[in-house]
Amino acid sequence: MKIQLPTTPDDHRIAKLAAAAIGLTLTEAALPSPIPGVKPGLANIVTLAVLSRFGLRAAIWVGLLRVVAGSLLMGTFLSPTFFLSFTGAITSLAALAAAHTLPARFFGPVTHSVFAAFAHLGGQLALVYFWLIPHAGVAYLLPLFAGAALLFGTVNGVVAAFLLTRLPDTSSPLACADR
Amino acid sequence: MNPLLYFRAGDWFAILLGIFFTAWLAASFWPGGAAQKVIIRAGGQLFTETRLDQAQRILVPGPLGVSLIEIAHGRARVAADPSPRQLCVKQGWLSRAGDAALCLPNQISVELVGATRRFDSLNY
Repeated sequence: MKIQLPTTPDDHRIAKLAAAAIGLTLTEAALPSPIPGVKPGLANIVTLAVLSRFGLRAAIWVGLLRVVAGSLLMGTFLSPTFFLSFTGAITSLAALAAAHTLPARFFGPVTHSVFAAFAHLGGQLALVYFWLIPHAGVAYLLPLFAGAALLFGTVNGVVAAFLLTRLPDTSSPLACADR
Repeated sequence: MNPLLYFRAGDWFAILLGIFFTAWLAASFWPGGAAQKVIIRAGGQLFTETRLDQAQRILVPGPLGVSLIEIAHGRARVAADPSPRQLCVKQGWLSRAGDAALCLPNQISVELVGATRRFDSLNY
């Protein structure tokens, strides 16, 4: 028996963008991190670009697919690592949904990225505190993580804004490929 | 590529907000550092000095009776004390380096210390 799921060009585009995000996740996993727990979150560049170009729904799909499929590839699915990424993704997507409503004339990918980075940090630390390490010492690392969130949030936002100027307006080159 | 070209007016506001937020976090969590040890004194003498990361209950005898010091989750408190006004009990949990609770009638003090001391000495 052959099972066929009807797919739309939209699905293909989301799958390809998610694949790009997963590629960045895997690349980043191979990079040594200067401080444990601090990562640049390169895959979020894709989510940011998708948000600006294709809207919130596509960004949520890409963000969640990236976490689930990325964890399957790295063998961390349903482990604490997965739940940390998943919580971070949920809270940062919520922040993106809120930031997306700001007037686009004044607030671009940099704003989206900074808000999402802080939300990501907040979600993860809340999970760490309430589930993994219920110790007030976690708070001691907060300013350090917040500094990293600010730095990487800004850099990722700039890179996403740069990518958006290079992508054609109507659809991404990735989407064109399957037409 | 000039990165500044990719900022919109409001983005600067978002970054400024992020800087203030980070600075606020640093100011509220860093002074004194995280508490690491608790020093319990009775009658002016060092009664015990112990780590904050293992939950325990310590009974400290004083002139009025026995005070109960409770340590849990990196915090410490005077859980019970025979002093009439219960000031040190009402202080609740101490969690930051430099925090202290004094049960003067019972001559017992609980002080949290971090990696470095913020003050050379405190006079009450």
